Amino acid sequence: MRTPLFTLILSAIAAALYLSFRFIDNDYLFFAGYVVLQYVVIATAWNVLGGYCGYVNFGSAGFFAIGVYSTIFFYNIGQSPGDVFPEFLLGPMQWIFPLPLPVLILLGGVFAGLVGLGMGYLTLRLRGVFFAIATLALAVVLETFIVNWPFVGGSRGAYVIPPEKIAVFGTFIQYLFVLMLILAVGSLVAARLVERSRLGVGFATIRDDELAAEASGVPTLRLKLVATVLSGALFGMAGAPFPFYIGYVEPGSAFNLSYAVNAIAMPMIGGTTSWIGPMVGALILSTLQQVVTVTISSAVNLLITGLLLIGFVILAPNGLVGLWQGWTARRNKS
Amino acid sequence: MQFDLLINAIIAGLMLGAFYAAVTAGISISFGMLDIVNIAHPGFIILGSYIAYIVNSRLGIDPIVVAVLALPVFYALGALVYGIYFQSFEKRGQDSLRGLAFFFGLLFVTEVMLILVFGVDYRSVTTTYVGGSINIGPMEFPLRMLVPAVVSLGMFAALQLYMSRTFIGRAVMAVSQDPQALELMAVDPTRIKRIAFSLSMATCAMAGAFLIVIQPVLPSSGREYIGRVFAICVLGGLGSLPGTLIAALLIGVIESIATTFYGPSWAPAVSFGLLLLTLAVRPSGLLGR
Repeated sequence: MRTPLFTLILSAIAAALYLSFRFIDNDYLFFAGYVVLQYVVIATAWNVLGGYCGYVNFGSAGFFAIGVYSTIFFYNIGQSPGDVFPEFLLGPMQWIFPLPLPVLILLGGVFAGLVGLGMGYLTLRLRGVFFAIATLALAVVLETFIVNWPFVGGSRGAYVIPPEKIAVFGTFIQYLFVLMLILAVGSLVAARLVERSRLGVGFATIRDDELAAEASGVPTLRLKLVATVLSGALFGMAGAPFPFYIGYVEPGSAFNLSYAVNAIAMPMIGGTTSWIGPMVGALILSTLQQVVTVTISSAVNLLITGLLLIGFVILAPNGLVGLWQGWTARRNKS
Repeated sequence: MQFDLLINAIIAGLMLGAFYAAVTAGISISFGMLDIVNIAHPGFIILGSYIAYIVNSRLGIDPIVVAVLALPVFYALGALVYGIYFQSFEKRGQDSLRGLAFFFGLLFVTEVMLILVFGVDYRSVTTTYVGGSINIGPMEFPLRMLVPAVVSLGMFAALQLYMSRTFIGRAVMAVSQDPQALELMAVDPTRIKRIAFSLSMATCAMAGAFLIVIQPVLPSSGREYIGRVFAICVLGGLGSLPGTLIAALLIGVIESIATTFYGPSWAPAVSFGLLLLTLAVRPSGLLGR
């Protein structure tokens, strides 16, 4: 299927989803749907680096939080531009701020992408394991900086007050939901595009045998940097609307380990080799988590995620997509 | 008295560093020598802390004695985990990406189980020496730091002797360099790896007891040690126990000085910053191979 057609179909599905939610007219659906879609973006972001290149990122929470805190930073500037800018800049700045949410999302993506670039440049020349460990470290360093930075709330946290009503969409949560829906469609299209391009082939050679790829003239470092930037930017964009969704952010919630676990578990459960896997994994696991959180408890839902991750990694290394492919192949044979 | 403060910061740092050495010893064996990236290690340390806590609060036995008694349990746990790891990943030759995810899942599951059983309250132990301290001039040695530090150094020395003097210890060093050559010598590399991994897990029991003597423990306390232990392990040079000890003391002192003069909220960034710096500048570490 060609990319424009694919985009069109995916957008049609997304539009149908929004309209049916709108028809049911229950705000909880939008709240839960936002989280599920957010995880579709996060799982896709992780898979660009982890699934295509084979580099494990444990610092997903860090990249996500960069998006979150870039929004808080610009939101706080927008709240009181007079304290931040000198007199002569105040006029134009008051015209620019407060920034609209789509711009904040782009900014979050840019910052997280830049951090991904720096991170990759420092560690990607080493063995893959070091990259994984360094990403773990990155999340903690970033959290320490945020805790010690009063302007974005420090350890006390920061409040973001979303407007109550917004034109066209009605409630603000609907607006957030639509933005996240667009992001999810965008990231899936991007992942599919990458997968089928020369870039994706290059990524696959790195995953399968980096030394051989390097020897055959694949510019491995440059490709890996492209992957970290793309993956980081998607994480950042997924995190940027989060303060508006939750209303109050403190470092513990923005850097929550469950983002890191989910970011790995979802693609692993779905299957890491194509764009379908993370989407399927995120949709299933995240919906399950929503149900379990409401019916049992949030600690149990994390336990289920962890156990599912271990179980799939051991028993079904290629995830649900792998199981499905194996099943259809066997059926065709018989 | 700025000078007294510095002296005491260095002393506290050295004792902290000795404790870090015990925490890192296991990682140094599993990651440094066997190439098994056991990120779940800190999770098992916290498990050790909680075992020390349960037995201590029920029976009143000293946590470090409990740890010694728990050594065989952790050794067996290590054999079990390695068995699963070997069967599912190492044998199939996909140990990198999925193996990492496996251990990450294990870390997470251990933590969530502890939360479900014990809740998210701080737990601590009572021993005769938790409150006391020895003073020599301006120098202060709190016993709650000194006792774990001394026992930890003893454990470290025993481990180093075992690795360098016994047949199995030398075989562990050999398996990291050339498992095939080991097979030619009629030694089963898998068995050696299993023993080494179980040993690394057994150190968790000790390190966990030290941790809960030094400070109250939460189920999520393990997280702050993940980066720290890998920082120490990489800084010391992978698989070098003496290097690990030096790096642990170094990071302990730097962290302690940072805490004393800049406040505790900056301490976590110290080891991580050093880790990133080491990876960028000298990935082979201080005493690297």
